[in-house]
Amino acid sequence: MDTDQLIKTLAADSAHRARPVGFALMLALMAAAPVSLLMFFTELGIRPDVMTAMRNPFFDLKFAVTLALAIAAIAVSLHLSRPEASLRGFGWLLLIPAGLLTAGIGGEMMMPQRLPMMTRLMGNNSRMCMTAIPLLSLPILAGALIGLRHGAPARPALAGAIAGMLSAGLAATLYASHCTDDSPLFVATWYTLSTALVTAIGALAGSKLLRF
Amino acid sequence: MREREDEWTGLMRSAISGDSTAYHRLLKAVTPVLRAAARRGLARAGQPVDQSEDIVQDILLAVHLKRHTWDVSAPFAPWLFAIARNKLIDALRRRGRRVFVNIDDFAEVLPGEAPVETASAGEVAAQLQSLPARQRDVLQSIAVESASIKDTAAKLAMSEGAVRVALHRGLTSLTAKLREQ
Repeated sequence: MDTDQLIKTLAADSAHRARPVGFALMLALMAAAPVSLLMFFTELGIRPDVMTAMRNPFFDLKFAVTLALAIAAIAVSLHLSRPEASLRGFGWLLLIPAGLLTAGIGGEMMMPQRLPMMTRLMGNNSRMCMTAIPLLSLPILAGALIGLRHGAPARPALAGAIAGMLSAGLAATLYASHCTDDSPLFVATWYTLSTALVTAIGALAGSKLLRF
Repeated sequence: MREREDEWTGLMRSAISGDSTAYHRLLKAVTPVLRAAARRGLARAGQPVDQSEDIVQDILLAVHLKRHTWDVSAPFAPWLFAIARNKLIDALRRRGRRVFVNIDDFAEVLPGEAPVETASAGEVAAQLQSLPARQRDVLQSIAVESASIKDTAAKLAMSEGAVRVALHRGLTSLTAKLREQ
C-alpha cells in the first residue's frame, strides 16, 4: 500500500468519530469502581464509630487530601493525554493534597496531644494501610489505563504514574473511612508510601500500555 | 511557514467538522514535511533513509486514530509534530538505537524543499495480510482498488455501515500490529 492509497483510506474513514478521552476515562472508572467497592465492603467496611469520627477534623482531612489527590490527578491525566502537552502549568495541581496534609500536620502540632508523635505516626494499621490501598487501587488503575489508552501521551510512563496517583487517591478515599488512624502524620507516612507504590506500578504499566 | 501552518489548522478544523475533502488535502499537504523529517531522523541515526515511508505511514495512522486529542482551538502543527516525533523515536528505537529527535526537524522544512520520490513502504502492506479476512478485503478494496464505501459494500455484499466499521477496525488493528512488531 503506498502512501497515497493510505491517505485515501484514512479520508474514507474520516466520518468515524472517537469519543473524547475524558468520556472514555469516566466510563472506564465507572466500570472499575464497583470492583473496588465490592472488595472494600466485603473485606473492610466503614469503621463502626464513623458518626463520632466525623466530628474529628483530622478524620475529615483524610478525605480532603485523598480526594484532592484523585481530582488533581484526573485533571493532569486528561491534560497529558494530548501529545504536545507537558507537566508545565499543570504539575502544581498535584501539590494541593501535599499542601493540605502539611497544613494538617501543622494544625495537629499546635494542639495538645495524648500520644507522643512517633506513636501517632506509627498508628495501629500501618500494615493494613500499605496492603489495602494498593489492592483497592488495582481495579481502578486498570480502568484508568484502559480509559487513557484513548489518549496520545508523549510520555507514557509519566501518564501511567499519574494514573497510579489517581487510583491511589480514590482507593485511599475508601480506605480512609475504614481506618481508625486519623493523625495527619500517619496519613503523610503510610498513605504516601502506598501512593508511591501504586504510582510506580502505574508508571511501569503505562510505559507498556499507553504507547500509541 | 506561519501561513502554511495556519492553513493546516483551518483544514483540520474543517476535517473535524466532517469535511473529508479537507482532510484528504491536509494529509496530502503534511506528508512531504513528515517524509523529509523522517529521512533526516534516519540519516542522523545512521539508518538507511529508504525506510522513511514506513515511518510516514505510521505517523499518518497515528494522526488519524488520535485526532480527537487535538484541541480545535489550538494550532495544528505543534500537535502534528508531537505525534510525528513520538512515532519517529519509536521507529528508531525499534531499529535498535536510542535517539534524540529534535522538534526543529519538523519545523525547519522549507516549503520549497524538493519533494523526495516516494520510497516503497512494506510494513503496512505486510501487516495488512495478517488482518481478519473481512477487514483485509475492505481495506484492499478502498486502498488498492480505490473503490468507494458504497461500491465496496455492493462488491462484498455488506451494508455500508458494516464496511465503515470494518474499515475503522482494520485501521485500528493495523496500527496495533505495527506498534507490537
